[in-house]
Amino acid sequence: MSAAAFTGTSVMDIDAAKVRGAGSNVHFDKVSVAYGAHVVLHPLTLDIAPGEILAMIGPSGSGKTTALRAVAGFVRPASGRIRIGATDVTDLPPYERGLGMVVQNYALFPHMRVEDNVAFGLRAQGADKALIGERIKDALATVGMSAYARRYPRELSGGQQQRVAIARALAVRPRVLLLDEPLSALDAQIRRNMVEEIARLHRSLPGLTILYVTHDQTEALTLADKIAIMRDGRVCSHGPTTELYRRPPNRFTAEFLGRANLLPVTIAEAVGSKGFATARHGDVTLTGAGRDEKAGDKSLLCIRPQHLSLTADSEHTNRIVGTLREVHWQGELTHLVLDVDGTPVRVSATRLPIALPEPGTKVPLFFAPADTSLLPEDAGV
Amino acid sequence: MSDAVAIRAPVARTESGKFWIVPPAALLALLFFYPLALIARQAFLDDIGVANVAEVIRVLHSRFFLNALINTVSISIAATAGCLVVGLVLALILAFVPFPGSGFIARLIDTFIALPTFLVTLAFTFLYGSAGMLNAGLMETFSLPLPPVDFLYSAWGVILAEITVYTPFILRPLLAAFSLVDRGQIEAASVLGARPFRIVRQVILPAAIPALIAGGSLCLLLTVNEFGIVLFIGAKGVITLPLLIYGKAIQESAYQVACIIAVVNIALSLGLFGLYRFAAGRLGA
Repeated sequence: MSAAAFTGTSVMDIDAAKVRGAGSNVHFDKVSVAYGAHVVLHPLTLDIAPGEILAMIGPSGSGKTTALRAVAGFVRPASGRIRIGATDVTDLPPYERGLGMVVQNYALFPHMRVEDNVAFGLRAQGADKALIGERIKDALATVGMSAYARRYPRELSGGQQQRVAIARALAVRPRVLLLDEPLSALDAQIRRNMVEEIARLHRSLPGLTILYVTHDQTEALTLADKIAIMRDGRVCSHGPTTELYRRPPNRFTAEFLGRANLLPVTIAEAVGSKGFATARHGDVTLTGAGRDEKAGDKSLLCIRPQHLSLTADSEHTNRIVGTLREVHWQGELTHLVLDVDGTPVRVSATRLPIALPEPGTKVPLFFAPADTSLLPEDAGV
Repeated sequence: MSDAVAIRAPVARTESGKFWIVPPAALLALLFFYPLALIARQAFLDDIGVANVAEVIRVLHSRFFLNALINTVSISIAATAGCLVVGLVLALILAFVPFPGSGFIARLIDTFIALPTFLVTLAFTFLYGSAGMLNAGLMETFSLPLPPVDFLYSAWGVILAEITVYTPFILRPLLAAFSLVDRGQIEAASVLGARPFRIVRQVILPAAIPALIAGGSLCLLLTVNEFGIVLFIGAKGVITLPLLIYGKAIQESAYQVACIIAVVNIALSLGLFGLYRFAAGRLGA
């Protein structure tokens, strides 16, 4: 089953035309949300391009779900406008926005069979029987649940129920799919599989814009084209996923998106034409990828644990020495924790020397300048 | 050996525990089943203690009994239907329409359960009676010679009073059921394009069916046996089974007739109670 099957015209398509306009991009224009005097989402301006997956991640209470619910129409913005395509949907009720939504606890209708759950949106939109039958078949095939059409939700596992929830959301052919922590209720193994399935699904539906809210950075890194990191009701960083991971603009992003070692350094030599600056950590000179750092600036050198090596080579030209404190073997990976001049430094290694040094011994660590990122020490947002 | 002892010990405890059934069973028999049995016995015996099945057949075919049965059933069905409609609308508003003070209103409605049923009837006479506020106001405003509103002293008055008194019995289980409805389902339905009425019909109501059945059965049971409201209103020609039993036993001293009607009333009540327990069991109450 492919996305080509989702090409029929339904009443949904016609009704939602006013919503969809020319595209399926989502635009937040200074959108804020407040409950009384308590502001839960500060003015947010953000674009999600058509066909893009934007992951909003952040700790609990950071405002990510509020932003999603504002798009869905369940939360009324205190200020600002929300546009989907060319249409301002700020004042439209949820049932006129032409969206699909999948939530953490699946929210399947327990008294309806799988096929009726999938058909619900189409029936609500007044689609004809033939189209409904076709869409049920297609949507269930897309998520690999065709064999379960006659079952009730209670007869399905968590992963199967979430597949049905996705099929139900896709059956109405939404321009924008809202996913609110859709995998949080699943166990780790099923979650990994579902992340891959959603990625495959999006490849088969490239025009589908997805707003994916999660607190799981792995899901965000795997699925998203772009990530917006939320904190205290504000976006503290936003950009392409790989860029945000490789070059986090601030400490919070560096630490929230994957693990990061942040060595305090002082810029010795400003960023040159190749984009590298020289910095001093104690009496050690290091080279790191910078932006516009100037000599004398206090900075943090961000190095991901997997980019630190116990052995030198031609690329790993930076060298620091730390005292080994802990070793944690986890099968595929071994995690080492070292103390580098009072800063804890983590190393994740797939291959280690046969004879690991004893805790308490001094261990040299090597890393490549290209694997680092300098970020301003005072950018604590 | 030790195993044998370990097995025998609880058996001994169970044996002695069996005797605890005697006191409550004896109490129930004395206070409940024996009087019921006396009523059932009296229904089939005449005043001198001779079996009289002909009298049973005569009463069951009599006009006064059939009228009372029809009145009882029709009033209780109408009142229950009214309670279901009013209770459902109120519960939907209280549960799903956010407004300040909804909790207070729900508790206020609950207090009706604590009040004696005839109190509402008394209040109704002040409001809708011949000399009540409504009639007085209308007569004064429109210079009418006679009270224009005259429904209170009819079956409609009984039905309205019963709806007022028994709606909380529908409201309570419905609010409990609605509190268990996953808000995510409502939101998902809404995003999928369902308007509020469809959501109520296809998402909320199916989840509330056991509560509706349980509340409705209880309501039906209570309205079938309602005595105070019917007596207090004193509607002309509105005689229900409980009122007929009272009249035959107390006013006419026709004990066998009263007992025959009581047996029918008991059978009706037990049937409805069985329905209520079945529904409440499904609800998990």
